[in-house]
Amino acid sequence: MHLALFIIFAGLCVAGALNLLLQRHPINSALSLIVVMSSLSVLYLLLGAEFLAAAQVIVYSGAIMVLFTFVIMLLNAGREERTHGSKLAYIAGFPGAAALLGLLAYIFLSQRTTFGNARLGEYLATTGDLSRVLFRDLLLPFEVTSVLILIAILGAVALARKEH
Amino acid sequence: MDTRLLAFLLISLVKVIVVVVILLMAVAYTVLLERKLVGRIQNRWGPSRVGPFGLLQPLVDGAKLFLKEDLMPEAVYRPLYILAPIIALGCALMSIAVVPFGANIPWKGVDLFQISDVNIGLLVLLGITSIGVYGIALSGWSSNNKYSLLGALRASAQVISYELALGLSLIGVVLRTGSLRLRDIVDIQATHGLLSWNFFGGFQFVAFFIYLMAAYAETNRSPFDLPEAESELTAGYHTEYSSMKFAMFFMAEYGNMITVGCVATLLFFGGWTSPFGHFGQGGGPVSTAFLSIFWFVIKVFFFLFLYIWVRGTLPRFRYDQLMGFGWKFLVPVAIANIVATSFCIGLRLPVH
Amino acid sequence: MVPIAYYLVLSAILFSIGVAAFLIKRNIITVFMSIELMLNAVNLTFVAFSRQWSQATGHLQVSGQLFVFFVMVVAAAEAAVGLAIIIAVFRARNTLNVDQIDLMKL
Repeated sequence: MHLALFIIFAGLCVAGALNLLLQRHPINSALSLIVVMSSLSVLYLLLGAEFLAAAQVIVYSGAIMVLFTFVIMLLNAGREERTHGSKLAYIAGFPGAAALLGLLAYIFLSQRTTFGNARLGEYLATTGDLSRVLFRDLLLPFEVTSVLILIAILGAVALARKEH
Repeated sequence: MDTRLLAFLLISLVKVIVVVVILLMAVAYTVLLERKLVGRIQNRWGPSRVGPFGLLQPLVDGAKLFLKEDLMPEAVYRPLYILAPIIALGCALMSIAVVPFGANIPWKGVDLFQISDVNIGLLVLLGITSIGVYGIALSGWSSNNKYSLLGALRASAQVISYELALGLSLIGVVLRTGSLRLRDIVDIQATHGLLSWNFFGGFQFVAFFIYLMAAYAETNRSPFDLPEAESELTAGYHTEYSSMKFAMFFMAEYGNMITVGCVATLLFFGGWTSPFGHFGQGGGPVSTAFLSIFWFVIKVFFFLFLYIWVRGTLPRFRYDQLMGFGWKFLVPVAIANIVATSFCIGLRLPVH
Repeated sequence: MVPIAYYLVLSAILFSIGVAAFLIKRNIITVFMSIELMLNAVNLTFVAFSRQWSQATGHLQVSGQLFVFFVMVVAAAEAAVGLAIIIAVFRARNTLNVDQIDLMKL
């Protein structure tokens, strides 16, 4: 059951990410990224992080990606064209990414037994568990992020405003 | 396979089918209710020809929409043009999955009146409704029509802005309950009937009105129906849609209305509990079940009525008024409500 | 039952695809989206390691999940500011191609 769900949603993740890479039109890339993020939220659920799964859907799929599609629609972004820079990036990009993937996958798979196995239904982190740590041990970082958000809102308004 | 798992799967499947059928019927009859009520408000009869009091009108409407030609305009971006109404309707139907309709009556270990009881039910509802905006945004963009695009841009900006006020207005209720599970939220309102509902006893009426206004904007209903403002944008985001695809947007809108009614009932008006507390309760599990369903349906019906009443009464906002209202009025008031609520709860807590 | 290493390998795959997309894509919005993809891949690593730590210590550990929470907050702020910058750049240059946006002054 767990393995089947993992394979389905991991497959969706990888397919979505590859589609993001291969599509030429930004709106298609945005939609495939939404697929990746929504499938990731299911994987969070499988790992017992139920609050994060909901937050992932609300924050990433429901807010950030809506902003992206909004900007794509607003600027009416068309298909991207190939340039000299992209040829250079092809030569450097694919081997670099493949080497990174090979290295990481080798390390993770060689340490497979020390990481252990995840079973469904164990170590479920409820919202209460998260908030107990968040509001006791990590209260200062939490407050600092709220200031960060405030600054980000002000910055976004100042940047996007038309100058007269 | 394990027989318990099999029974669980079978009962869940039956529950899903029953709920979807009832929901679609409710959507059809909400449309009729709207036409009738708006008719009465405008001093005319509304549909009255098909069946007694026009009661068979939804079936005829459905048949008409089904039999119409499904036009596919030349210039649309096909994959998204077809996907958009599916997303809209799918999200509208999916959000009902976590809503409890009646008292907790288990049968063979399965809750009869709720499809799935999850710990984070409220967040799941918010998440699914926030995905629903893609239906509108993509339909407008893929139609390749300036009116549709304007409608979609208005819709995405409006939904993102009002989602903030909507989420903030629910925090007061969550603070009072200490849980995001919808059954827990109803259970703490069940003790003294009307007096312990969050709206009256919980002093969350400010939050309720913020929720109501933000939810009207989220579902693109009048007076916030700018994305489909017919006097400015022909029909907004669904200008290019016809036949069943149009019907799917239509059903999604009414499905979302029903979800909003359910959430308002659960969070502020005690869900399935009776307004008279335990007075007149008692009897076997069957009568308890019927009474709880009865109260739930009555309350949701009241909210649908309110929706239509507001539509028949208020004129549409201007766009800058809409944004100003959301950001400069609803959000600050919602934050003030959170501060006041948490202050009251903090005062009542024992000092360590 | 799934080995936690599989989750980590999945996140490595997503991160590498994000790196490749970041280098290859020419549209500034898509480049920004590949950054979001990389952030998501790292988030999956955090959740997986949080689970692994819980299993290693025998009781629930949520620090990894809280880190993901903070990453989400910062990503939201970053998306708001980044998209505002993209709109400002588009107004000034009338293009979204990163190769044509290579001057510091307007």
